[in-house]
Amino acid sequence: LLSPQGTRDYSPKQMAIRERVFNAIISCFKRHGAEVIDTPVFELKETLTGKYGEDSKLIYDLKDQGGELLSLRYDLTVPFARYLAMNKITNIKRYHIAKVYRRDNPAMTRGRYREFYQCDFDIAGQFDPMIPDAECLKIVHEILSDLQLGDFLIKVNDRRILDGMFAVCGVPDSKFRTICSSVDKLDKVWAGALGCTCCCWSGGEALSLWAAVNMCQENWLDYDGLVGMFDPKGRKVPCVGVSIGIERIFSILEQRVEASEEKIRTTETQVLVASAQKKLLEERLKLIAELWDAGIKAEVLYKKNPKLLNQLQYCEDTGIPLVAIVGEQELKDGVVKLRVVATREEVNVRRESLVEEIRIRTSR
Amino acid sequence: QGTRDHPPAHTALRDRLLAAVVACFKRHGAVAIDTPVLELRETLMGKYGEEAKLIYELQDQGGELLALRYDLTVPFARYLAMNKITNMKRYHIAKVYRRDNPATTRGRYREFYQCDFDIAGQFDPLIPDAECLKILHEILSDLQLGDFLIKVNDRRILNGIFAVCGIPESKFITTCCTVDKLDKVPWEEVRSEMVGEKGLSPEAADHIGEYVQLHGGLELIERLLQDPKLSQNKLAKEGLGDMKLLFEYLTLFGITGKISFDLSLARGLDYYTGVIFEAVLLQQENDHVEEPVSVGSVAGGGRYDGLVGMFDPKGRKVPCVGVSIGIERIFSILEHRMKASGEKVRTTETEVLVATPHKHLLAARLKLISELWGAGIKAEMLYKKDPKLLKQLQYCEDTGIPLAAIVGEQELTDGVVKLRDVATRVEVRM
Repeated sequence: LLSPQGTRDYSPKQMAIRERVFNAIISCFKRHGAEVIDTPVFELKETLTGKYGEDSKLIYDLKDQGGELLSLRYDLTVPFARYLAMNKITNIKRYHIAKVYRRDNPAMTRGRYREFYQCDFDIAGQFDPMIPDAECLKIVHEILSDLQLGDFLIKVNDRRILDGMFAVCGVPDSKFRTICSSVDKLDKVWAGALGCTCCCWSGGEALSLWAAVNMCQENWLDYDGLVGMFDPKGRKVPCVGVSIGIERIFSILEQRVEASEEKIRTTETQVLVASAQKKLLEERLKLIAELWDAGIKAEVLYKKNPKLLNQLQYCEDTGIPLVAIVGEQELKDGVVKLRVVATREEVNVRRESLVEEIRIRTSR
Repeated sequence: QGTRDHPPAHTALRDRLLAAVVACFKRHGAVAIDTPVLELRETLMGKYGEEAKLIYELQDQGGELLALRYDLTVPFARYLAMNKITNMKRYHIAKVYRRDNPATTRGRYREFYQCDFDIAGQFDPLIPDAECLKILHEILSDLQLGDFLIKVNDRRILNGIFAVCGIPESKFITTCCTVDKLDKVPWEEVRSEMVGEKGLSPEAADHIGEYVQLHGGLELIERLLQDPKLSQNKLAKEGLGDMKLLFEYLTLFGITGKISFDLSLARGLDYYTGVIFEAVLLQQENDHVEEPVSVGSVAGGGRYDGLVGMFDPKGRKVPCVGVSIGIERIFSILEHRMKASGEKVRTTETEVLVATPHKHLLAARLKLISELWGAGIKAEMLYKKDPKLLKQLQYCEDTGIPLAAIVGEQELTDGVVKLRDVATRVEVRM
């Protein structure tokens, strides 16, 4: 009983961490006025053909079931280029966070999956030089700072400088790419990194985090020419962008949570509606409906007559801070007993004021 | 084919919708999980009955045989079994893949989002089922889609009715499929399909017709509990008893106004074992389109107690109940509505544009915008060294940015910024 090799489920804890990461990254993108586009998980096979060189053999194909031939997307760049060309867009600032698919030899212990997230931010368009490029780097800086991963360093370079260097050292044009690849390994960075790379230093050990900021120039076919390949008139759209190694960030944070034994809540429930006496299910359901209708995050145990101890234990286990206890006397008096789980302090609150009281206590 | 890119206008609206749905799920204390888009073919086999032919399979490229997930329920069951989880309240929002014939005007794409909420575990009866319906009610209300109806029924009641009408057990499923069509076609057509195609006797079909055309609330349930024939049938009695309890809980939740016990509700999927439900919008969207956009049901679900057991080597059961929201259909409706009303969805959340009216002030803009970003303000500026003020203000109008922070030479000297309200054109120096 398994899931496919190289893929994984995300447990509630992992989702909680993932949400943190996404929130930090997305709020940064939004702060910079980026739009979001989304593309289908599959592309026409012909769209992906001829774009990935040797790596094409790693593309997942869908079975020919009597329709168009489809493949699963391999990255977010080619779909982006196709999108620009199809919609004749000449400038856009967009981010796209989605999973991509590669039939790699999965080395899952080293975080190499067949299905994994990519997080791309790109600015396409003809603008005054270097301003968008600078904004990309500013974004990288903001995200790495917000995520509090520790001290980091952003290395910058330029393809033209590299090519110039090689030329001046007598390297023939035809060998530029392959020499570039080798130079690239100096840092054990993802092969194919272009322009600049970002490294995260943690306790002295360079955790090479991510891929590069792509500095695209007119004469650089890899990226810039990509859009031209889709456009019938071969028009080029200059692009600059950054791809964030989000899976790596997940791993780092997951490990950190594990090491620190920090308790991560997997829900945001504010109050448990409970009863100490029997035959009060109806009252619990009535009360919780009032709370939900007022937008309060609340839960109730699915038991007609649960023991108070079990209900309190549930709160401790899941981090729910408050309990609203209904009892026969309280019902007669028109109050609800509100208990603070951490301190065990209990206070009787008038039914009409309960929502407000919960809001105040949980906003602190 | 049948898929579409989502340009910023779509994703902005979609993200708003999804945020409302997630807020509701979280309000009810659900945790989130995610599963791969790929599943082993054998995981999906035998779970979807007739619909299995709509599954996207991957090419055999010399490894495991894979397919794209068809829904989020089967992956959930697999997840529970794999991790030996016996109780969980979870939500999962993700895309699923079906090789339908795309009729894109009716919102049935081949790749589409589903928003699922499920409660797995052995609990006191019907409380989790009632919460699922409460959630469905909350979401449909929150999204302000107009009037809606949630139909409820129970597989056991239907099977009980068929038994009592003399239908052989072997024909239960196929009869169910025919009855299911009652929401789209009149009884006469359904009856002739039963007699003509499914081989039921006219008397049996008529007898079924006496029941399946009924709908109502608690009074109907009470009436059927007294029905001389149905009350003799164990399954029907069980189903009706549970339906009564369910309605009592729904009354406590205050939502029975939009709930209808509808005996014609059958639901396609094989794995339902008890309560089933479906939500439909009651208004038709007739806005200036020739064909009214009637998009059918917007959500559905039910109880499926046997599914997890199919994945467990020892066949251990984990009872489940859940609801799946068809967000794409809701999205279509809202999209149409916005087009008709001419409302513009912003595709960014930018609060202020940093602008300069004079030349050679790029550095000042870069510095100011950096301060704003550092304070968490959502700000943009044009990627031009010397943009014209008019162009910058036009950009604000085009993209809905409400404020412009303008620094000119005088302002720099005075240490102030001119904050301009784009809509009213009022400017304040600060």
